[in-house]
Amino acid sequence: MLLLILKRIGLGLITLFIVSLITFVGVEVLPGDACTTYLEREAYGAALDACIKRLGLDVPAYERYLDWASNVARGDFGYSLSGEMPINEVLGPRVKNSLVLASVSILIGIPLAIVLGIITALWRDKLPDIMISTITIFSMTIPEFISATLLILIVAIWLGWLPGIVIIPSDATFYELLSNIILPVVAISMIMTAHMARMVRSSVIQVMASDYVQMAILKGVPYWKMVFRHVLPNALLPAINVVALTIAWLLGGVVVTEVVFNYPGLGRLVIESISNRDLPVVQALAIILASIYVGINLIADLMTLMLNPRLKSLQIRK
Amino acid sequence: MNEIIESVKNLSIGFNSQKGKQISILRNVSTNIKKGETVGIVGESGSGKSTLALAMMGYIKQGLFPLKGECLFKSEDLLKMSSRQLEKIRGRKIAMIPQNAGQALTPNLKIGYQIDEALRLHTDLNKTERDKKISELLNKVRLPSPETMAFRYPHELSGGQQQRVAVAMALAGKPDLLLLDEPTTGLDVTTQAHVLELLRFIAKDTGTSMIYVSHDLGAIAQVSDRIVVMYAGEIVLEGPARKILKEPIHPYTYGLLKSIPKLSLAGLPDSMPGSQPQPGSINEGCSFYDRCNLAIDHCKKNSPDLEHIKELDTNVRCFNHKELINQNNNLQTSITKKTNNSEAIEVLKLKDVSISYAKQKFFDQLLNKISDQNPTVKDINIDIKKGETIALVGESGSGKSTILKSIAGLLKTKDGQIKFENDRILSSDLKMRNPNDLRAIQLIFQNPDESLNPNHTVEQILSQPLKLYFNLSGEELKKNIIDLLKKVRLGEFYMSRYPRQLSGGEKQRVAVARAFAAKPDIILCDEVTSALDVSVQAAVLNLLQQLKEDLGTTYVFVSHDLAVVRAISDRVAVLYQGRLCEIGPSQNVYKFPSHPYTEVLLGAVLEPDPDIKPKLVAEDIVEEKPPEKGCSFQGRCPRKIGDICNSEVPPWQIGENGNAIRCHINIEELASLQQ
Ligand SMILES: Nc1ncnc2c1ncn2[C@@H]1O[C@H](COP(=O)(O)OP(=O)(O)OP(=O)(O)O)[C@@H](O)[C@H]1O
Ligand code: SF4
Ligand code: SF4
Ligand SMILES: [Mg+2]
Repeated sequence: MLLLILKRIGLGLITLFIVSLITFVGVEVLPGDACTTYLEREAYGAALDACIKRLGLDVPAYERYLDWASNVARGDFGYSLSGEMPINEVLGPRVKNSLVLASVSILIGIPLAIVLGIITALWRDKLPDIMISTITIFSMTIPEFISATLLILIVAIWLGWLPGIVIIPSDATFYELLSNIILPVVAISMIMTAHMARMVRSSVIQVMASDYVQMAILKGVPYWKMVFRHVLPNALLPAINVVALTIAWLLGGVVVTEVVFNYPGLGRLVIESISNRDLPVVQALAIILASIYVGINLIADLMTLMLNPRLKSLQIRK
Repeated sequence: MNEIIESVKNLSIGFNSQKGKQISILRNVSTNIKKGETVGIVGESGSGKSTLALAMMGYIKQGLFPLKGECLFKSEDLLKMSSRQLEKIRGRKIAMIPQNAGQALTPNLKIGYQIDEALRLHTDLNKTERDKKISELLNKVRLPSPETMAFRYPHELSGGQQQRVAVAMALAGKPDLLLLDEPTTGLDVTTQAHVLELLRFIAKDTGTSMIYVSHDLGAIAQVSDRIVVMYAGEIVLEGPARKILKEPIHPYTYGLLKSIPKLSLAGLPDSMPGSQPQPGSINEGCSFYDRCNLAIDHCKKNSPDLEHIKELDTNVRCFNHKELINQNNNLQTSITKKTNNSEAIEVLKLKDVSISYAKQKFFDQLLNKISDQNPTVKDINIDIKKGETIALVGESGSGKSTILKSIAGLLKTKDGQIKFENDRILSSDLKMRNPNDLRAIQLIFQNPDESLNPNHTVEQILSQPLKLYFNLSGEELKKNIIDLLKKVRLGEFYMSRYPRQLSGGEKQRVAVARAFAAKPDIILCDEVTSALDVSVQAAVLNLLQQLKEDLGTTYVFVSHDLAVVRAISDRVAVLYQGRLCEIGPSQNVYKFPSHPYTEVLLGAVLEPDPDIKPKLVAEDIVEEKPPEKGCSFQGRCPRKIGDICNSEVPPWQIGENGNAIRCHINIEELASLQQ
């Protein structure tokens, strides 16, 4: 078991290494370098020289990679070009904001999705299912930017209940943040919950049709007991991986929603740094997002392994 | 003994078709179950057996609903009860043992918990008493070390053990009635015989009534006091087991019994034409009319009623049953003798073949070799003559299909050679074989549902090999397809059908036609009849034999069913854990002296005759890996003679009839032991 965990972690690290190589090489093969790209028409003379000096572009590429990689490994991403400050300081508040947005959406969305999924499955083709399923399918099909814009239009502009655009001072308290993020959370949860609820629904329906559930009924197990002991553990197991992907997606920044609500999270930073041609920040983001995906999927795999008796004993026997 | 515990009265169950029509899949079924009695319900797949058995627990599958009639358990109608009331009866008064215990045990709950759950629901025992009861129950179903067994998960048990757990669970509530839906289908022959023996013991020991549902008359014959034969949702024959099996007075039952291959008779069983009608397709007349060879005009328009015949204590649904009473004496004799048209030339030779599934280590991969000291299949030497049918038999895990895959080139051999025609070595890599060799060796799979592309019509399926190997097109292609269909007795109109529009037997015929399209020299048949009903199986076997006689094809026929093998093969090779145990002409392999493993297999075969009981000699344990050294059968051998069996690979001995046996016991001694 321990060996397996180590193996998985090792694989994750290799993935990250490859991502770092790709981003680095990608930047290298682009015409020009970080300085000419950033400075554009002013890329000549002293300004260019200063920039090159600051980024250390005068040393060979492999040395720069090693240098950069070892700094990243220590948690130092170097300097941002546009803000001319350490990337860590640029990232810090953004990571925090994304984390808040993601965790609130997760805390609300996942339990809601599970409950809705179970309800629709157990009352399949009955009124509760038809109603909830219509709503979920509806919110799955509307693109994010439309639902987000509609929310702003209705709640913020017509009703005037909440601010439509998020303006967060960098020293905002958690509570202040909270009232600001209600609309983005709703916009995100709608889609996320809908997707997950559909998945939970089909998983529960599949398990309900299994031989062992029929057997439990024929054994005389009361309905709700059967649902909780025989159905849900088996139906929710496959959901773990989907939940993990959703969380990773959320943490990585929900680009569209963040842009519409002007929310200063990681997703918007991606857009900003690309449009500013701030290549060091883009590189840093690529690594961070990749680590989030790798890390969360690792946790999900380990959880599945731990909860599934089939896989567990397979591992122990090995 | 005569107290009736459950009585089904005029039960009809059906569903609404997409066109809104009501279609019944059970029609007017009535029967009574007496206390202490075991009733066998038999019929082909789709005849409504399971639907009837589940209805007897008050359970109707989703999508179905009762149309009329009642299921009275101790004079209360189960179909009218609320789910509360049913929970009190299910598991406590009527318990179920499912077909596939592997899928019917909840995967995330331990065995002990699942039995405990039944005990908590249906008894008033406290925790310590329940724990004691769990071991008692596990002991009763003869599971080894009941204490540790309770802490295992279902997937940690073998198929036979899972089935035993299901029996223990069903017994927990001390039910009056046990329902068993195909409880041994899918188990190995020896395991099946053991489970049946256990069920018989439990019926006698506890006095529980049982309803035993199966398509297998052999299993039904072993356990039942009374037999109910179903066809197309109706009961066609019902009576005492011995009467039904020995003197069936309904043409369907008669045909069914004739289509079962028997160990005692070499040669192919008679087949019944056609297949069971789909639900909703019969509007008038007898439902068996299309396939009945006693049918008279009267049967076409009028449906017979279930008639009680007093002197036989039997109910029968046929206008003509008296005819059969006279015909019954030849039930055992008429059988098609088959001709052995094998020639002296050898087409295929397996020389010292070993095959391993072990994952290659990195270095071995570079060197392209496999270094597994204990491969799944080892030292196989078989020479196959042209025009011969050679069968490979053995239980699951014996490596039969593995060998076939290697011959087909789908699996690399570890050691040894496969030689084709004039000692030419066939590459073990499919990509390296020349097109003509690929054409010459064709494979037919067990399950036609998986091997036929569901999105292609029969015409497309058959045209592929014809285009590929012979470059046919246009009119010529079409003519060839029609010819092929004719060969497998399917009409021209099947060309436009999709596999889903065919019955199981028809699908397998299309698969056979596809194999023959390549004009192969050798056809590898992997359990080609095991997914089929007996009446259809007999038809496919006859077809294969006919084609072989016409075209001189060689078959390598893999099966776990010794009676089927006996019917079709000229020579038999018996395998255990990937090692050959015995090989010889089939009439001799089925005669003693035999290898101890062949003896065990032969003993476990179930004949559709209540007077022939299986002999249980070896334990039904499952071995995961072949032993490192010595005889492959050492772990289970009832005749093991000592350490030599564990340490040395036994030598081949040739018996007087030409069958070779690989055992340390001297062949003459074996002969006298097996008298
Ligand atoms: N939910 C359903 N909706 C519609 N038709 C069904 C449904 N379940 C079963 N049937 C049909 O009812 C008929 C009888 O089914 P049943 O399962 O009782 O057969 P069986 O005799 O047990 O067959 P097998 O040997 O394959 O288990 C079949 O034709 C089947 O296709
Ligand atoms: S009633 Fe007629 S068709 Fe039906 S089984 Fe009897 S003889 Fe055959
Ligand atoms: S060699 Fe020994 S273990 Fe093997 S079959 Fe013969 S007696 Fe049994
Ligand atoms: Mg069935």
